[in-house]
Amino acid sequence: MSEEQLNMETERSRSLEEQFEARIARDEKIEPKDWMPEKYRKTHIRQMSQHAHSEIVGMLPEGNWITRAPSLRRKVALLAKVQDEAGHGLYLYSACETLGISRDELYEQLHSGKAKYSSIFNYPTITWADMGAIGWLVDGAAIINQVPLCNTSYGPYARAMVRVCKEESFHQRQGYEIMIKLTNGTPEQKELAQDALNRWWWPSLMMLGPTDAESVHTEQSMKWKLKRKSNDDLRQQFIDQTVPQAELIGLTIPDPDLKWNEEKKSYDFGEINWDEFWQVVKGHGPCNKERMKARVGAWERGEWVRDAAMAHAEKKQTSLKKEVS
Amino acid sequence: MNNNLYKYILGIADNSLILGQRLGELCGHGPSLETDIACTNISLDLFGQVRSYYQYAAKITGNGKSEDDIAMLRKEREYVNVLLVEQPNTDFAYTIGRQFLFDVYHLLFLNELQKSNDLMLSAIAVKSIKEVSYHQRFSSDWVKRLGDGTAESHQKMQDAIDGLWTYTDELFHQTDADKIIVSEGIGVDVTNLKETYYSKVSELLQEATLKTPESKWFQKGGKEGIHTEHLGYLLSDLQYMQRTYPNMEW
Repeated sequence: MSEEQLNMETERSRSLEEQFEARIARDEKIEPKDWMPEKYRKTHIRQMSQHAHSEIVGMLPEGNWITRAPSLRRKVALLAKVQDEAGHGLYLYSACETLGISRDELYEQLHSGKAKYSSIFNYPTITWADMGAIGWLVDGAAIINQVPLCNTSYGPYARAMVRVCKEESFHQRQGYEIMIKLTNGTPEQKELAQDALNRWWWPSLMMLGPTDAESVHTEQSMKWKLKRKSNDDLRQQFIDQTVPQAELIGLTIPDPDLKWNEEKKSYDFGEINWDEFWQVVKGHGPCNKERMKARVGAWERGEWVRDAAMAHAEKKQTSLKKEVS
Repeated sequence: MNNNLYKYILGIADNSLILGQRLGELCGHGPSLETDIACTNISLDLFGQVRSYYQYAAKITGNGKSEDDIAMLRKEREYVNVLLVEQPNTDFAYTIGRQFLFDVYHLLFLNELQKSNDLMLSAIAVKSIKEVSYHQRFSSDWVKRLGDGTAESHQKMQDAIDGLWTYTDELFHQTDADKIIVSEGIGVDVTNLKETYYSKVSELLQEATLKTPESKWFQKGGKEGIHTEHLGYLLSDLQYMQRTYPNMEW
């Protein structure tokens, strides 16, 4: 390529990039076949697949209670919920594939530890009340994170999020309802509920991401509408929304420093243990290894099944071709 | 209380309860996301049916029992499901084989049950047929895929069918209560379904390039509450909360 050609090429991509940014600024949706900067594509694959992986790994802690749900009604609701999560995963992997990466490649990234998933799922679900706490707090925090994404710039992601958010908000109410039932129950049940809140409160706050000072992706993501509020703002919103819900059902938030601040019209809260957050993110939480072992195990045990399905489909295709000719 | 009718309903519902529970174990651990979703879906359908049957059964007892009391607070010997549905998820071929061998029976059974002169049972059957037709399509398709897939999958599917075959004959046994309910025009005479069942199963197995087992050695006992060793563990999970925290609302 001559220098002149090179200059033209650079000029061309610069102008494409300007047009691209202008479209986003005008709130237009970017669709799979549209031109997009490589960084946009990569960032979206990273965030969307991370989201999909979180749905899939997130099936494990709740799946853990399906066989032990306390009533048939709860069992059916929990099965349906975990199935919704699988559906979200499927949706999001498909949306991700529109950016030119296969589901198998995405799985490979998850299994090798290259791709991350939400750290909250590395905590164990040790009592039935954890099903309530996860729905109420974890899905509650997820919604706060995800509602703004219904207006994100990448079309397939935005559309997937509309559906995901509807279902998540149902899950959140379902979780809160489990907690209501427990707090209206026997002292033993109340204790289960309080204990679950004690264990899930801080990890739920961490779930909204590191403080703004330490968040590496925020600025670019804001521009692309992958993010509309900072982690700290989202966290504050979550706390302000959740504290009254806890009070309403007679549960105590496990934070001695939590206090209403009349001036800023929101709650002040205690110090988050970021060492714990980073420990879990780096793979050393209570269940990181179990979760990965379960995912990789399912994938490896399923290999002969997937191979068989492929082989069968090819045989069918061949016999169909023969019939046609 | 019509004790025979109560027992008869449990004989139907326990199959769905135990099979639904087995499928529930797999949620999140399937060979692909699609099969995972499908198995959970079948489990959900079965539990939905279970709730209708037990709610009806609870009403018949007239002693204030709930669907959960019936589902979760009986002793092992009081569960009357067939041995087939309690068999473990040894591998995906076993899961599919168990489902297939049950679905073919289940659909034939419901087709007859919808003619029952008990309006409630007939209504539950009508609703369930739609679901179970899908279950049978799903499991038959997978038997074909695995049977006529790779050499490895063929062998695994054949092993599963061979291993589970011994539990098929029990589907067509009748308890004393069954016989009475059949004579009253409420129940289904399952002995009449046997021939159609085996010919349908053979036909599908042949399509899947699999052999229909020739063994005539069969196991039975489930319908009388005599189970395989697997059931106790399944019940420990199923009953854990109700046993640990008795008399509470969830």
